[in-house]
Amino acid sequence: MKYTRSWIFLLILLITYLSGFIVKAQNPSIGNISGNFQLDGQYYQPDASIHALPVPQKILSNSFFNLNYQTEILSAGIRYESYLDALKGYDQRNKGNGIAYRYLGFHKDGLEITAGNFYEQFGSGLTLRTYEDWSLGYDNSLDGIRAKYSPMKGIYLKGLIGRQRLFFDYGPGIVRGGDFEIHVSELHEGLSTMKTKYILGGSFVSKYQADADPIYKLPENVGAFSGRLQINRGNFSLGGEYAYKVNDPSTVNNYIYKEGQALLVSASYSKKGLGISLSAKRMDNMSFRSDRSSSGNVLMLNYLPALTKQNTYQLANFYPYASQPNGEMGLQAELEYKIKAGSLLGGSNGTQLSIHLSGINSIDTVSTNTEYGYHSDFLKVGKKIYYRELNILATRKLSKSLRLHLSYMYLIFNKDVIQGVPGFGIIHAQTGIAEIKWQINPRNSMRTEWQHMYTVKDKGSWAMGLIEYSVSPHYYINVFDNYNYGNAIKSDRLHYFSASAGYTKNTNRISLGYGRQREGILCVGGICRNVPASNGFIINISSSF
Amino acid sequence: MGRKIIFVAWLVFSSSLANAQSEKKKLPDVQVNSLEGVKTQTSTWNNQEKPILISFWATWCKPCVEELDAISEVYENWKQETGVRVYAVSIDDSRNTSKIKPLVNGKEWPFEVFNDLNGDLRRAMNVNNVPHTFLLNSKREIVYEHNSYSPGDEEEVFEQIKKLTQVK
Repeated sequence: MKYTRSWIFLLILLITYLSGFIVKAQNPSIGNISGNFQLDGQYYQPDASIHALPVPQKILSNSFFNLNYQTEILSAGIRYESYLDALKGYDQRNKGNGIAYRYLGFHKDGLEITAGNFYEQFGSGLTLRTYEDWSLGYDNSLDGIRAKYSPMKGIYLKGLIGRQRLFFDYGPGIVRGGDFEIHVSELHEGLSTMKTKYILGGSFVSKYQADADPIYKLPENVGAFSGRLQINRGNFSLGGEYAYKVNDPSTVNNYIYKEGQALLVSASYSKKGLGISLSAKRMDNMSFRSDRSSSGNVLMLNYLPALTKQNTYQLANFYPYASQPNGEMGLQAELEYKIKAGSLLGGSNGTQLSIHLSGINSIDTVSTNTEYGYHSDFLKVGKKIYYRELNILATRKLSKSLRLHLSYMYLIFNKDVIQGVPGFGIIHAQTGIAEIKWQINPRNSMRTEWQHMYTVKDKGSWAMGLIEYSVSPHYYINVFDNYNYGNAIKSDRLHYFSASAGYTKNTNRISLGYGRQREGILCVGGICRNVPASNGFIINISSSF
Repeated sequence: MGRKIIFVAWLVFSSSLANAQSEKKKLPDVQVNSLEGVKTQTSTWNNQEKPILISFWATWCKPCVEELDAISEVYENWKQETGVRVYAVSIDDSRNTSKIKPLVNGKEWPFEVFNDLNGDLRRAMNVNNVPHTFLLNSKREIVYEHNSYSPGDEEEVFEQIKKLTQVK
């Protein structure tokens, strides 16, 4: 008996090995296997002077491993995530290990089906946007079925149904929705010569959650729909999207039965050397989650883009804006201009100028003392200032090897509302930044940044300096210091000194850092997470294959 | 015992499958948006069998913008010597989508720019962080990838592009 079993075993092995060659000979495009990996780990040292949180585990880490398989028709993917335990500043409900994402899909003849976890967006995301952002610790994927179909050129249809991811489990709601988009100039041969191109679309999303509340009669099915239009003609572009959500009492809006509305409008003009864009938005009671009682950055269904600039310089990012789903109205204007070389302001090599202006206020509300909560006039702007920013950035090549960036920012920030911490009032801050890049020779370069933020309230003024040296294409080393010299509390006038070094080979990256990290807030797109103060070693490993 | 056989057989099969796959990864066929919102399949990206460079960037990513600024300065030279075609794919979301075209035109970038609004291309090509640049050969196979930017890195990229045109 044993003898036969071993023969069968060997035969199976031989067949499977040979079948690999047969399959290859029959079908040369058997498919690609690819993937990526990232590990972020930190070793925490106690540091009472910066009020760092105690970390009994000493070492914390977040990591993921993604594997993808793709052929011309089929695709499949799986992602394993590990939080042992999650880094400080990330939602601590991310705990343990597990498969966070897996899917199967196929696409053929204009039809695409996905079963499992997927990310999808309708229009600008006012009704639905599921996406993931590892630096924020954000992942609200839907697990279910999604179908995309294009019945003819210029018409795109989508439908989906699923449950939403909540850490390694699911939220209680069931989400379903559909979207259509029509590109008018693609519909018919005759229309393709139209100078003005129109794209129109609409979506509908509904969520079901059982009502277990003993006091309120809560709506179990809550729907939101939106319509959008984009017009492009030559150098001009104009677009808008309007969304409406039916009554959706939830923790975020204090269980009122008011409907929600959102409007996004943007216009732009651009040609060689010049780009101008203007946007406006209004949000009124537009928090839309698949669990009415959830809080934090979980189970959100829609995406309310922040109408502010995404700053990258450290001190310019000190007070970042977070979207206010309950109500806000804002305006934003941006100019991108290349001042010609040889002109008065341009210098001998020309100067790149970026100017950004944004302003956000509350919406005007009149309390109704009923279950509807309040009434808000659509065109009226609220009196509370939330945010104002003027940001000017100029870049100039001083010589073949020297490049200079200068930036000035004026900021008005309503910390009470935006960060939800009462008692700070409205903060005024002015920030000046200078960055110089020096290309020493084709492979060696150095850059240095000097930043200063002047403010009276909160922690007072800060100064920051950074020096970074890199050897292309593999190595870099940098040191920087954030100095809170202006703090009203003398014992808090501290230096937050940090050093890091990294090595990159093609798509493998490893970096090690050591030092003090100041408390801050990391915001991406209007969704934020708090980064607490810490002291210790940081390691980041990232790879894709 | 039966289960063990099946497990080992699956292991061997999948490893032989891995052997059987094409040696190099190819550009996946995914839908992205042009800057006018037109849906484009990446399978339509074509450079008549000459090299293609795909660079993932974002309006808020300084090193990405520096890399593309550096490439735009030498693009004419690159095109003349190697015929390479650059596709710059922005991973900006709807917050910044309307700002991409004004930025690109304000900086006078000479290459084609697309917006991977839903992140489908980024996920299909396993892009963790930007900048992430891919070099494709005449068969649309990925022959070189690079995932960071320090000034001078574009020279290394150019060496790789030249290697492709000389091997022929």
